[in-house]
Amino acid sequence: MSIQPSNRFVDPTPWVDDADISSPERADMDAPAWRLMWHKFRRHKLALISGIFLLCCYLILPIAGFIAPYTPNERSADYLYAPPQSINLWHEGEFIGPYVYPITAKADLENFRWTYTTDETRPLPLKFFCKGGTYNLFGLFPSDTHLVCAPEGASVFLWGSDRLGRDMFSRILYGAQLSLTVGLIGISVSFVLGITFGAIAGYLGGTPDWIINRMIEILRSIPELPLWLALSAAVPSNWGPVAVFFIISVILGILDWPGLARSVRAKFLSLREEEYVRAAEMMGAKPSRVIRRHMLPNFMSHLIASATLSIPAMILGETALSYLGLGLRAPAVSWGVMLNDAQNLASIEIYWWTSIPMLPIIVVVLAFNFLGDGLRASLDPYKS
Amino acid sequence: MTPLLEIDALTIGFGNADPVVRDVSFSLQAGETLALVGESGSGKTLTCRSILRILPEAAQIRSGQIIYDDAKGAIDLLGMPEPALRKIRGNRISMIFQEPMRSLSPLHRLGDQVAEVLRIHRSMGRSEAKRMVLQEFEHVGFSDAERVWRSYPFELSGGMRQRAMIAMAMVAKPDLLIADEPTTALDVTTQAQVLALINKLQSETGMGVLLVTHDLGVVANMAQQVVVMNKGRIMESGQAADVLGDPRHGYTRKLFAAATSIPKVATPARAPAHENLIMELRNVSKTFTLRTTGWRELTTVFACKDVNLQVERGKTLALVGESGSGKTTCARLALGAETPDNGGEVLFYPEPNAPPLPVHNLTGRQRTSFQRQAQMVFQDPYSSLSPRMRIGDTLTEPLDIHNIGTRAERRDKAAEMLELVGLSPDMLTRYPHAFSGGQRQRLSIARALTLNPKLLICDEPTSALDVSVQHQILTLLEEIRSRAGLSYLFISHDLAVVARIADEVAVMRQGVIVEQAPPSTLFYNPRHPYTKALIAAQPEPDISRPINLDQVAQGAGAPSSWPEMFRFEGTSVPALHEIEPGHKVRCHV
Repeated sequence: MSIQPSNRFVDPTPWVDDADISSPERADMDAPAWRLMWHKFRRHKLALISGIFLLCCYLILPIAGFIAPYTPNERSADYLYAPPQSINLWHEGEFIGPYVYPITAKADLENFRWTYTTDETRPLPLKFFCKGGTYNLFGLFPSDTHLVCAPEGASVFLWGSDRLGRDMFSRILYGAQLSLTVGLIGISVSFVLGITFGAIAGYLGGTPDWIINRMIEILRSIPELPLWLALSAAVPSNWGPVAVFFIISVILGILDWPGLARSVRAKFLSLREEEYVRAAEMMGAKPSRVIRRHMLPNFMSHLIASATLSIPAMILGETALSYLGLGLRAPAVSWGVMLNDAQNLASIEIYWWTSIPMLPIIVVVLAFNFLGDGLRASLDPYKS
Repeated sequence: MTPLLEIDALTIGFGNADPVVRDVSFSLQAGETLALVGESGSGKTLTCRSILRILPEAAQIRSGQIIYDDAKGAIDLLGMPEPALRKIRGNRISMIFQEPMRSLSPLHRLGDQVAEVLRIHRSMGRSEAKRMVLQEFEHVGFSDAERVWRSYPFELSGGMRQRAMIAMAMVAKPDLLIADEPTTALDVTTQAQVLALINKLQSETGMGVLLVTHDLGVVANMAQQVVVMNKGRIMESGQAADVLGDPRHGYTRKLFAAATSIPKVATPARAPAHENLIMELRNVSKTFTLRTTGWRELTTVFACKDVNLQVERGKTLALVGESGSGKTTCARLALGAETPDNGGEVLFYPEPNAPPLPVHNLTGRQRTSFQRQAQMVFQDPYSSLSPRMRIGDTLTEPLDIHNIGTRAERRDKAAEMLELVGLSPDMLTRYPHAFSGGQRQRLSIARALTLNPKLLICDEPTSALDVSVQHQILTLLEEIRSRAGLSYLFISHDLAVVARIADEVAVMRQGVIVEQAPPSTLFYNPRHPYTKALIAAQPEPDISRPINLDQVAQGAGAPSSWPEMFRFEGTSVPALHEIEPGHKVRCHV
């Protein structure tokens, strides 16, 4: 320290003004936005796990038929309301690989219910890569190879069977195909409508903005459930399950767009004030170019996050409709349709496993919410 | 005598990185002002925030001691438990922040916010607190304290809000006031008044003031002690008179060299010739209609009125005024982004002696060619480059819009532009967020230049930058003006910045030009009270030349308080008269 008279201090280390004006100040920010976001997202463990879980769920969908031991509408008249069975590895202290015990049904005529007895002396090993009912792999290629099948003379109902003796586990896998995609199709419809109307309102302002805002307000003021009911009641009953499914997801999308349009509009209004947008306008860029090149990339991430958060609402919407019997109809299988079978309180009391389809709904909806939350938290990678 | 505040070997860091504040020690006596000077990133704000322990969550204090010693006994602020510290904050040590809008809650009336301090620390009753607060409001210079008590922060102007903030900091009569860039967000004239207020309060109460600033001019007007910081370390410290009078450290000298000041002029300049114009604004006015609520009638406000400006080819015309004076509206009108009211027109002369293009009445092809020849540089370097685009894409964007050249040619042009603004072409593949404000402002200038424009409209291009960077950018703008044959319409709130670069200056107040002349003439013989106030309010880094407050007060008030000769009556304003060749003043003759 070179403290001089009158408290004067001058730093003695040599000082050179050698600032390199081309060197980046924050080298850590020198990356595309998606990578910075990923770095931030990675730190939200719950969201990351949810994301991986959902990814696995969606990857399984096309090969659901292969994994499921049964086809969705395969009835086993001998096993009505069979309880969940467990798969064991060890029998009397000896390892014999995955096996099940055979079960036999007996009608309890006193209480009017099915009771099952397990024969614990005869372990029957499961078969792998075996022939079973035919299904379409990826929805295209017919195949009859299954990962697991029940051994001869036994059944493998992981989560029990329903009143027609259909395997709940297989039906949940098949149901996922519809229940999970309904959200995706719905959100695509809602995305297209929301971005179009939101962008028109936000960019043009004035009368179009006014009209779209009133439209949104009117749509939002209609009670949702009755409107769904009315719309789906209008679907002709002679349409095939696929057509009905498609229409249901479009209906869900049509009712969801106002929320998205509002957030698009708000984001547009704030982005328009950004100087890089002004700069592009003053350089002579046309509105379509400004929106495409400058505005969309900068708020797409916000939209994806808010879309992730609204997919659960669609899944729940489909479930609610189907549960009420107004959405998908048998023979189509979805989680809602399965729950429709569990409407009878008395049967839930005795055969509790018929309400198992609630489980995947809860898990998937939660996962989407966690994922969406994590995405939203990592949206702005430039704030540290 | 023991100092009021003593900071000893303070070191602060984030995570595992190198410390951002290293070994900082200084002490402050009661009744004294100590200025902590430095540029952004120098660690000055972290240092002053560590006193009240309001650091960002990730920051850790690695070593050091902060001892605070007032009449009630010495305490170690860093070792103190949080509940005890709360009794100190706002009571014995209080703080003023930079942004008066963000540091006052918009949901509460000012009176309640200020009284809260007393109700917490003095457990005062409602009526007694109100009496004290009203007294404090009068103290900080509000003429109608009762009205301020009832108003919300957004009803007041920036300067008024900062006064309220000061009242809030002062109401509990603290012994130490920490002021973190208290005037950076304010106009010069307001800054002068707020600084004077802090000085007055200090001399009355004998408190210590720790002033954080980047402006050596402010230091010269306020401080007895100076600490100069750079990159987290103290470069130089001592008595203000010594440090400012004889800076010994290279960094302090660099700051001095970069500090802008209004030059003293011996002779007025010659009248500028307006022969070879590039742009002309004729009788341009712009009114906006405000919709207050659906039922009330529409009210109109004028952003600018009867503006006549001529930009000479190859020269710089500067438009100076405080926030809300209508200067940015003028720039937007000049670029055709707003349409003027009927009767006004903006003419652009692409070539000398060529017929002018009416900017607001162009055919499609003329518009494209105008957009290529007139470009804009924006104020905020952090928002003027899209964060999603690589620098190369941002720079080739204008060429892409106008369909000029092949891909390879566009990239070459972008690289050439980077070199022109002093940056390395390696930057093409990088992203703007990796760079500092000054670097981004260079990029933004490079983008504006890619189309080889003839006219550049600079909207406060340096006001968001540190002094030394501001200096570099001004030098760059001067260089490329001569190299690329550019003309500038330069908009600024700072007369000192403009003094360097402008060939002619127009001073705006409330949407009208009040005085217009070449800078030398303007500084030699300012006639309008507002111009005089602007010049007087400019803080000089020289202890012997304090701000002349009377002059500031006279010109900075409402136009109705100006001397008879210059006064505006309602919306009718006197005409602009040429009092000497090239020197126009708005006055009654």
